[in-house]
Amino acid sequence: MSEYFWLIPLFPAASTFILVIFGRWLPKKYVSFQAPLAVLLSFIFGLAAFFKISRPGLEHEVASLSQTLFPWIHSGNFQIDFTLRFDPLTAVMVLVVTGVGFIIHVYSIGYMAEDRSYTRYFALLNLFTFAMLLLVMAGNMVLMFVGWEGVGLCSYLLIGFWFEKPAAASAGKKAFIVNRIGDAAFLLGLFFLIFNLKTASFPEINQALLEGKISPALATLIALLFFVGATGKSAQIPLYVWLPDAMEGPTPVSALIHAATMVTAGVYMVSRLNLLYSYSGVAADVVAVIGALTAFYAGTIALTQFDIKRVLAYSTISQIGYMFLGCGVGAYAAGMFHLYTHAFFKSLLFLAAGSVMHALSGELDMRRMGGLKKYLPITYPTFLIGAITIAGVPFFSGFFSKDAILTHCYAQGKYFLWLLGLCGAIITAFYMFRLIFLTFHGEERFSAEVRHHLHESPAVMTIPLIVLAFFSIVAGYIGLPVVFGHGLNLFDHFLEPVLKGAAEAHLSLRTEWLLIIISSLIALAGIGLAYLFYQKSPHLPHLLASKFPDLYRLLYNKYYVDEIYEAAFVNPLVKGSEAVYYNFDLPVINGAVNGSARTMNFFGRILSLIQTGLIRDYALIFILGVAIILGLVVF
Amino acid sequence: MSPLAFFILSLVLFSLGTLAFLVKRDLITQFMAIEIMLNAANLAMIAASRLMASLDGQIVVFFVITVAAAEAAVGLAIILLIYRQKKNIRSEEINLLKG
Amino acid sequence: MFYLLAIISVVSVVAMIFTRHQAYNALLLAVAFTSMGGLFALLKAPFIATVQIIIYAGAIMVLFIFVIMMIDLKQPFPPLKRKWVLAFGAFLMAIIFLELILVIRTLPGTNSAAAPDFGHPAALGRLLFSRYLYAFEITSILIVVAIVGSLYLARRKEKK
Repeated sequence: MSEYFWLIPLFPAASTFILVIFGRWLPKKYVSFQAPLAVLLSFIFGLAAFFKISRPGLEHEVASLSQTLFPWIHSGNFQIDFTLRFDPLTAVMVLVVTGVGFIIHVYSIGYMAEDRSYTRYFALLNLFTFAMLLLVMAGNMVLMFVGWEGVGLCSYLLIGFWFEKPAAASAGKKAFIVNRIGDAAFLLGLFFLIFNLKTASFPEINQALLEGKISPALATLIALLFFVGATGKSAQIPLYVWLPDAMEGPTPVSALIHAATMVTAGVYMVSRLNLLYSYSGVAADVVAVIGALTAFYAGTIALTQFDIKRVLAYSTISQIGYMFLGCGVGAYAAGMFHLYTHAFFKSLLFLAAGSVMHALSGELDMRRMGGLKKYLPITYPTFLIGAITIAGVPFFSGFFSKDAILTHCYAQGKYFLWLLGLCGAIITAFYMFRLIFLTFHGEERFSAEVRHHLHESPAVMTIPLIVLAFFSIVAGYIGLPVVFGHGLNLFDHFLEPVLKGAAEAHLSLRTEWLLIIISSLIALAGIGLAYLFYQKSPHLPHLLASKFPDLYRLLYNKYYVDEIYEAAFVNPLVKGSEAVYYNFDLPVINGAVNGSARTMNFFGRILSLIQTGLIRDYALIFILGVAIILGLVVF
Repeated sequence: MSPLAFFILSLVLFSLGTLAFLVKRDLITQFMAIEIMLNAANLAMIAASRLMASLDGQIVVFFVITVAAAEAAVGLAIILLIYRQKKNIRSEEINLLKG
Repeated sequence: MFYLLAIISVVSVVAMIFTRHQAYNALLLAVAFTSMGGLFALLKAPFIATVQIIIYAGAIMVLFIFVIMMIDLKQPFPPLKRKWVLAFGAFLMAIIFLELILVIRTLPGTNSAAAPDFGHPAALGRLLFSRYLYAFEITSILIVVAIVGSLYLARRKEKK
């Protein structure tokens, strides 16, 4: 079965095709069956391929499967083929995308049950899965870019799924446009790459890097350009602004696309090009710094938000910052590890939030929640597990992955970044548990009307929660840090052949233990502080806010970044476009089109003067024609 | 007689016929001019047949005469109709296809 | 003989151009047709000559005269507008004339040898009913169509 690994993207593609063409006539029950099935099939094939490449015998080479489906661009001696690869890095992504994807598909059956565009939703979800799989299985940058664009498109379509809502429509537009800016940089990087290396396929790129065919300056330029694209796709500073707005879409969409998969595409790309980033030290540093800054920055915004999904959105931005931090300091495996655990607990958190919203008939403002613990016997514990995991409490998966990143940071000597990461961690724990306490504990602040309809979600929604919670706990155990014994980090080991550019980390056992203890204490401190602020002395937040009103306002309004962008970029562009429209487009272009029509009209009217209706005149023209033709023949 | 003479004669008759068509202003006479042109062509055809010693030219003329007769019948019927409509047959006033 | 017939035909056509009365035009045309028939006979096409005179000078001219009788036109013509049209037409005719003269010069100057029964009706008949049979039959149908057509077109409408 593993020889057919290239079918993996095709299952969801076929499903999309069927749903798009025949969807109108397909019963809902069938759609609920087909769409998740496609993803499940991809998952099974992914598993088969995974087992194929993880056999112990293939230790000394990059274990991978490769299949060229068809030649695609052949121009002179420049060649890009439609090649799919399956190596350890791809394996991780494929399993995450299809595994978590499948769970979310199942969840969606319940969540979107009453939506009138049920079929369209699943068609889009499948389309997204296809594009994402294409992205991670691509054998060259160009094909990856196809997938990259594809997920961007699906993101737009899914964010604006309820397009009758103006907020959703503009959120979709915002996502797409901001992404586009990143994509432009990506394309520039691609052009530089192809122009200089004459190739875009990964084996050849790595080969060229090892042979030193690229100057560090060029490598830096390309790497940075790609990274700008990544900041767009993965919502880092400065192109993150679309992600909080993207919460207008259905919650499962937020879980799948904006937590587990699409936003992690940037991290995957950086890991895939690890040799490039390591080769150019500057680029790696930029990645790390932006990652750390974003992790901290987004966390601070999350502190003040009241919309459940917005908190989770900023949390996502923050966590992805950690992933980039890991990659930037050379710990690509750690970054990928965090990607992997994050997929589980973040989608768990989003889906659980969806469950809460479902129970409360669509409410998402935490100020109108509270005390839900006793009404939601499954949602609450699973949500809690997710929160504990993300906070970095030991023995849950989040702890292992976050700790791996921070440890590597320290080991590379980037102490400032390590500190930033720690601050981010405590903020993370704090705002997550702020969310927990405000939502599930304390007094009930919702109306009687809502209380009347309060109910736990159906099994089709709660079972995925339980499954995800389970994985949130256990998934971390394949990447145990050195303190528990050498060689227990199976995850690292698995990815080793692909991540040749990874940096080695050597710390004494004592330092490692120290770091672990510090991380754990930070996490617990954060939780404790949250307890203090929101459970024990609920007057404290208000007190703090009134003591530092400006700071509070700054955070609450997300540092006014949206407004700044609006003024600096959006408005000038709009005004400029309007100017061009009124002064050039309308008079010149419309004028040209209308003018040509008028000219034709004019000439036509002149010509019609010949048609007098008189036989004699027609005969005259006839004879004129004869004379001319005879002349041509004779001479 | 040299065939050249016949051809020149045919040409002259044809030109005269066309001139007649353009000069005259009533339908009937114009129609007559058309018949002249046809005849001129027939003459050329017979002369050519004689030149090439092939009977095909004469066969063609045979058919031309026949078809011309049929055409004359129908054409005259149409002229009659026009007369009935407009009470005159001045070709300058028949301009319904104008524009 | 040739010159006689040629002169007669040209003169009658020229006269036709200058005559105003349609009846005289018709008569002149008949004369022209007859002389053409004579010319045909000169060219060793006796059958065609006879056919010409019978059908053209006979049937078709009679048809013309009938119609001229039915259409009684005594009203004068309004003055001619756009006189330049005539000049233009004459000019074009001259051009065509010249062109075709050039063409005629390229033709061979003497007749090829001809069979003794050239133009004999029997020979023509043989051709008509073998090679040109198809055209012959279609032409018959054409004549029938023409008859029916002109009958229908020219019928007297019932008075309401």
